[in-house]
Amino acid sequence: MKSSNCKEKRYKVFTSTRNDLVVQPDCLIDSEQRLNDCTKSIFGYCSVNCEGRCVLNFHVKNDKLLWVESDQSIKDGDGERQIRACLRGRSIREWINHKDRLSYPMRRVGKRGEGRFERVSWDEALDAIAENLKRIVDTYGNEAVYINFSSGVMCSNVIGFLFRFMSMYGGYLDSYGDYSHSQIDAAIPYIYGCRDANTPADVENTKLLVLFGDNTLETKMCGGGSSIHLKDAIHKAGVRTVVIDPRYSETAANCADQWIPIRPGTDGALAAALAYVMIQENTIDQEFLDTYCIGFDEAHLPPSAPKGSSYKSYILGDGSDKTPKTPQWASAITGIPASEIIKLAREIASSKPCAIYQGKGPQRQANGEQTARAIAMLSIITGNVGISGGNSGSDFETYRFFEAEVPMPDNPVQIAIPVFLWTDAIDNPAQMNSSKGGLRGADQLNVGIKFLWNYAGNTIINQHSNINRTHDILQDESKCEFIVVIDTLMTASAKYADILLPDLMPMEQPTIVANDWAGDSGYVLMNSQYLAIQHERRTLYWMLSRLSERLGFSEEFTEGKSEEEWRQSIYEESCMEDPDLPSYEELLIKGIYRRKNPKGRHIAFEEFRKDPLGNPLSTPSGKIEVYSEKILEDIKGYKLEEGEIISAIPVYAPPYFEPGAADKERFPLQLIGFHHRSRAHSSYGSLDAIRQRARHQVWINPRDAKDRGISDGDNVQVSTLYGRIQIEAKVTVRIMPGVIAIGEGAWHNADMEGDRVDKGGCINTLTSSHASPLAKGNPQHSNFAQVTRVK
Amino acid sequence: MTQYGFHIDTSRCTGCKTCEMACRDAYELGEAPSFRRVCEASGGSWVPAGDAWWQNVFAYYVSIGCNHCDDPVCQRICPSGAMRKQPDGFVILDSKRCIGCGSCAFACPYKAPSFSKKLNVMRKCDGCRARVMNGKEPICVEACPMRALEFGDIEELRKQYGNARDIAPLPDSSYTQPNIVITAHRHGSGVEPSVSVLSNFKEI
Repeated sequence: MKSSNCKEKRYKVFTSTRNDLVVQPDCLIDSEQRLNDCTKSIFGYCSVNCEGRCVLNFHVKNDKLLWVESDQSIKDGDGERQIRACLRGRSIREWINHKDRLSYPMRRVGKRGEGRFERVSWDEALDAIAENLKRIVDTYGNEAVYINFSSGVMCSNVIGFLFRFMSMYGGYLDSYGDYSHSQIDAAIPYIYGCRDANTPADVENTKLLVLFGDNTLETKMCGGGSSIHLKDAIHKAGVRTVVIDPRYSETAANCADQWIPIRPGTDGALAAALAYVMIQENTIDQEFLDTYCIGFDEAHLPPSAPKGSSYKSYILGDGSDKTPKTPQWASAITGIPASEIIKLAREIASSKPCAIYQGKGPQRQANGEQTARAIAMLSIITGNVGISGGNSGSDFETYRFFEAEVPMPDNPVQIAIPVFLWTDAIDNPAQMNSSKGGLRGADQLNVGIKFLWNYAGNTIINQHSNINRTHDILQDESKCEFIVVIDTLMTASAKYADILLPDLMPMEQPTIVANDWAGDSGYVLMNSQYLAIQHERRTLYWMLSRLSERLGFSEEFTEGKSEEEWRQSIYEESCMEDPDLPSYEELLIKGIYRRKNPKGRHIAFEEFRKDPLGNPLSTPSGKIEVYSEKILEDIKGYKLEEGEIISAIPVYAPPYFEPGAADKERFPLQLIGFHHRSRAHSSYGSLDAIRQRARHQVWINPRDAKDRGISDGDNVQVSTLYGRIQIEAKVTVRIMPGVIAIGEGAWHNADMEGDRVDKGGCINTLTSSHASPLAKGNPQHSNFAQVTRVK
Repeated sequence: MTQYGFHIDTSRCTGCKTCEMACRDAYELGEAPSFRRVCEASGGSWVPAGDAWWQNVFAYYVSIGCNHCDDPVCQRICPSGAMRKQPDGFVILDSKRCIGCGSCAFACPYKAPSFSKKLNVMRKCDGCRARVMNGKEPICVEACPMRALEFGDIEELRKQYGNARDIAPLPDSSYTQPNIVITAHRHGSGVEPSVSVLSNFKEI
């Protein structure tokens, strides 16, 4: 037998080029066995904060999750797109079954941030929370309780219960804004009365698409979201596309006929020079400006405005700074050749219509409010506002039709801080006033934050600027006295918990999700079956229900309802408002309800454009306010620090830096963050499969790398005034010389008692916590840094 | 007999790697290398002009797996007769015959096969043959958020998209006659391989 086997083998060697030897099924190791061996498919979704919400079908056998498939509910076509998950959603199995998944309630035993915990019972954990919440409210009042900004679970029926809970227990210190778009959200309404833009599908109607720092194809990767709708529109009409960005982003690589690299924070200077060329060459839309706007030129200034304060005067050098905003002037600032600026200005002016959009990168700067307005000016002076194929100059809008929320009593505490200043509200509450601290509802904060709730968020360390500073503030237990973190994994933030509670994921509990940025294709997703609950993981609602029992308001809080019953009543509340929604039972069966924008697409300020007197904007004048009296009114009493700029007209306002942060000798490179495909902010940041294949790297130009002896793939240290990280270098022509870029959201990992070098490579170890002047937003792209090779 | 193949539209690919990760999840690749990988190609240079810069930078991505070639070099080199092109056109690994020697991985210019330490044999994309037989598409194709991948009868795909099979940084298609059709990224056609550099070596 043995010898014949050998013979057979030898024979096969010489005949292996034959094509007729069929491999029998039992010799296959892959598809047949694995993919056809599932007993059940459970409908669910990925609902992290990436601006998409994607369908996932979980293939399960005997409670074991085998593999994940995406949207199969419709056939994919041009008319309707499947809501396909990206690489993250397709890798979610590693998250759900993660070896570090939190499974039991825990109590801190080491210092805050050390990550040392001991397992406790649910009763012990909940008793400790109830006691401390009661003590802190009794001692300091409800103003001392804060629910930190978070976005790890974007379901309509989950985190709302925490706000409901606190509202019923006397209230909490409120907040406004976010880490995504605080500056643009504060700035654009001064021009138009609100922030609005056209939807991506409308791009097919334009002659020229100009994107300032918009990277839709990487930041909104959902296969039923903005990226596919934008790509389809550009592709369908062959739209010429110009992308302006310091980084040759995925959107630039994929869509741009021309990429214009620009130094970070200088988009306002480019906008001014483009306006200069158009004014000089008389290619602006004067009739539009005269009819729809105030403040463009001296003839249309409001009576309160001083002479020479119009936008046109500023651009031409007739304003107070006496500097004409010539292409040569802008070239030195932006790094763009003057001839390219002139060419772009002529192209924008001669393309009718021209669609100008900005992403959220340009505004996420110190003085980013001014930049957001400065970019919008290009749409205004060319008369592209309110028309198909044009745009307001703001960031892409989306169609939304579904809103549902947990019933919410009014918060008895009427004071709100900007989300970015929560560390200041802990550290230095006396400084928190309406000017410096952007405080709303009171002149002064009476007490600092003493009790911190953090649900499904990584902002108490990772996603907030200047981690080393935050660490020091949180370690001082006399300041913030109690921190509760509820999450699925031991995130960088979770390490700062006093009590750490194990959460369930959205596919393990009854949830409901509406589309986020999805172009004109809206939808609602709801699950009817759930992945098996393991260990002692519980829903947020379960935890809060038991806390409300301890604090004596459980009847009021729960109304005797389960999670499912709440979801049904929340959904049916929405049905009352919108009778076209399917019944709860129908949605349970189908899982997904789609609704396209009945208008086809959204055109911002279309009604105003058609009839400016009949449909005025909600600005004080009803017109487009190039000159804003309101902004001057709103900042009365503000004490601006050096470099902070808030202006009635959209002037170029360079980013400012804290003393020493922009020392060019020590920190010669500009540093920006970006949204890397491997993470949705910090969500998915600990998955090995993704980390190995979509690597966390600092992008550095070959010229800058060569100067520093750095090769592609080298381990390097990046430092700023605020801290140091270690990270792999990506030496690439895709980043402008003098600029480096790091994807945000990597998990902080440093020996905080030792050298504090962050080996996780979190950009916020390097960023400044000094808020932008108007919005009090995060300036996370305004940094100067140095890079050195780690030997 | 249908010879199946892939249409790879590099003008739509954003390099997101969803194809790769969906495949890894479905076939539970764990520590094993991926069946499909996404190559980043980039090039161009920077020239200073005073305070400003001129550049001609470009970048694009190519998703590549097993191309179920007409002349599968993996089969030619396999000493145990484990790698065999089937009557239905798929190049399939007979795991019982495979001795895990790695010759196929060495020979394949696309580096499609790889060694599985766990199973002690080679592994490779089988075109999701079982799904295809059931009228479905391969996982990677169905997963692509940008609709950059397509699967079907290679003759039909060629009728629709042409005969191009070459784009940097892929090897010359004449070696193995791969069953792929490539729609070139605007920077991918006519680019000399020497100026277009594979830029994400550690990721593939």
